[in-house]
Amino acid sequence: MNFVEKFFEQTRPKVAKGQKLHWLASTFEAFESFSFVSNKTAKAKGAHFRDAIDSKRAIIVVVIALIPALLFGMYNVGWQHFHSLKDVAMPGFWTIFWYGFLRVLPMIIVSYVVGLFIEFMFAQIRNEEVNEGYLVTGLLIPMICPPTTPLWQLGLAVVFGTLIGKEVFGGTGMNFMNPALVARAFLFFAYPSHMSGDMVWIYDMPEGVTGPTPLGEMLAGAAMPAASVCDMICGFIPGSVGETSLIAILLGAFILLVTGIASWRIMLSIFCGGALMGIIFNLIGANDYMNMPFYYHFLLGGFAFGAVFMATDPVTAAHTNCGKYIYGFLIGIMAVLIRVVNPAYPEGMMLAILLMNVFAPLIDYYVVDANVRRRKKRLVAATNNK
Amino acid sequence: MSEIAKKKDPLFGPRDMKLIKTPFSKENPIIVQVLGICSALAVTVKLQPAVVMALSVTVVIMMSNVIISLLRNTIPPRIRIIVQLVIVSFLVIIVDQVLRAFVYDASKQLSVYVGLIITNCIVMGRLEAFAMSNKPWPSLMDGLGNGLGYGIILIIIGFVRELFGSGTLWDIRIMPEGYIPNGLMVMPAMALILLGIIIWIHRSRNKDLLEKE
Repeated sequence: MNFVEKFFEQTRPKVAKGQKLHWLASTFEAFESFSFVSNKTAKAKGAHFRDAIDSKRAIIVVVIALIPALLFGMYNVGWQHFHSLKDVAMPGFWTIFWYGFLRVLPMIIVSYVVGLFIEFMFAQIRNEEVNEGYLVTGLLIPMICPPTTPLWQLGLAVVFGTLIGKEVFGGTGMNFMNPALVARAFLFFAYPSHMSGDMVWIYDMPEGVTGPTPLGEMLAGAAMPAASVCDMICGFIPGSVGETSLIAILLGAFILLVTGIASWRIMLSIFCGGALMGIIFNLIGANDYMNMPFYYHFLLGGFAFGAVFMATDPVTAAHTNCGKYIYGFLIGIMAVLIRVVNPAYPEGMMLAILLMNVFAPLIDYYVVDANVRRRKKRLVAATNNK
Repeated sequence: MSEIAKKKDPLFGPRDMKLIKTPFSKENPIIVQVLGICSALAVTVKLQPAVVMALSVTVVIMMSNVIISLLRNTIPPRIRIIVQLVIVSFLVIIVDQVLRAFVYDASKQLSVYVGLIITNCIVMGRLEAFAMSNKPWPSLMDGLGNGLGYGIILIIIGFVRELFGSGTLWDIRIMPEGYIPNGLMVMPAMALILLGIIIWIHRSRNKDLLEKE
């Protein structure tokens, strides 16, 4: 590693303030702190306490938590492909995985290259340090897209998501909507024929075969999804790359909860809200979709993935503890409501999370306001008693 | 009297040009004053209706500005709004009839939005802010400037939306055969986002428009 260190030492004076290459200062800083332990120390004035969990570590934990779902997603892309070839025997594990890997890897590369380019560009323009936040967003975007998404559409969505979802508002930490979901919403509304229907969920399908997701089947009027509950829990169903396996997602949730990165309040209340709405529909029972057992909603589509990885984004979620319950609860209710009632949108999780992202500051405002009023009342009561 | 005034401000002299130019950038009715957003979102799916709408609004603002400016000393202040409304609606009806007679297709695409020029805040805003206290000629110039300032934004948004949303311009195919139209561009939401991007670029070039912290 000596020559890398040498390179940084030699380049440092060139990007110093006033030098010719100063406009590359952010890029230099990013690669240096990526390669080596930062040599920055706290200033002599002010607090010297630092939390061990800075944003760099939090981001990496989320990336690690995403790995099980990603690996299973790759396997499932291959499995769905070979499964759709009815007359071919299922090949071995590694062949299946390799097939899916070769499909998903370009999506990840496109997402990272395009997104990091924008991220570096804006850091450079604003003369700030490059933020790590995109490492999670860039991995989330391919995981919530169908495996057949054309790469240029993915790149366009990444541009839209990072620009409109994040950089317009001042970059990582300033955004009020999840940039990955903004990118997904862009794809969903801009290219609906590539993002929904029966034909997009299985990569390289033979002609004459359709592969609807279980949610698509329900919307089309099926009495029950064709896949068994066991398949849905394991994740052997057509769907977006990362969203199908409940087990892999719960593994990620376990990592996030043990390390305390994601809020258990949000996850719990989302599942409660979804269950409540599902039970209400069971009680109404006007059609087959409403009669579907309520816990099926957790197994289908992006409900679990959204609840664990998307809704818990600390920037866009509600910040107060009480607000988190309300925020999560309403996401659960809205997601199931949109799924069952609105025939235009087979999957409601994306729209539910985006909607509640917008409402999160309002929820926080009223939670804080209620707290202030309660304490004021207490103060008045205390002074009156004296 | 008029001799002196003419000497002071020649036809299309610096004062007139200033009245026409400022609404393009520093006092643009849409991207600075944020007026007339509704029609900017509704009629910009294609370029042609956007241009027709821009011209209609320009004509209405100019004419109503002149008429109100001529009447400004005789209108009782307490009923001035209703007088303005009557004049604007009279002009809008004329414009609507002209459009129906000569560009029926565009008129059909614009549907209610021609009639809704009456409620366009830009028209009422210019009447209240300028025509009520200025002479007819400057009022005409002010109306022209504001109408064009409104129109230029409409045309920019209409251009981008039609090019990427339908792959055409003025209903002539521009994009190659294999181009997949972007469905989001056709939705009003994208017009608002495009408007936001225009405002973003405009403000970053004109720092004095930024709100003080």
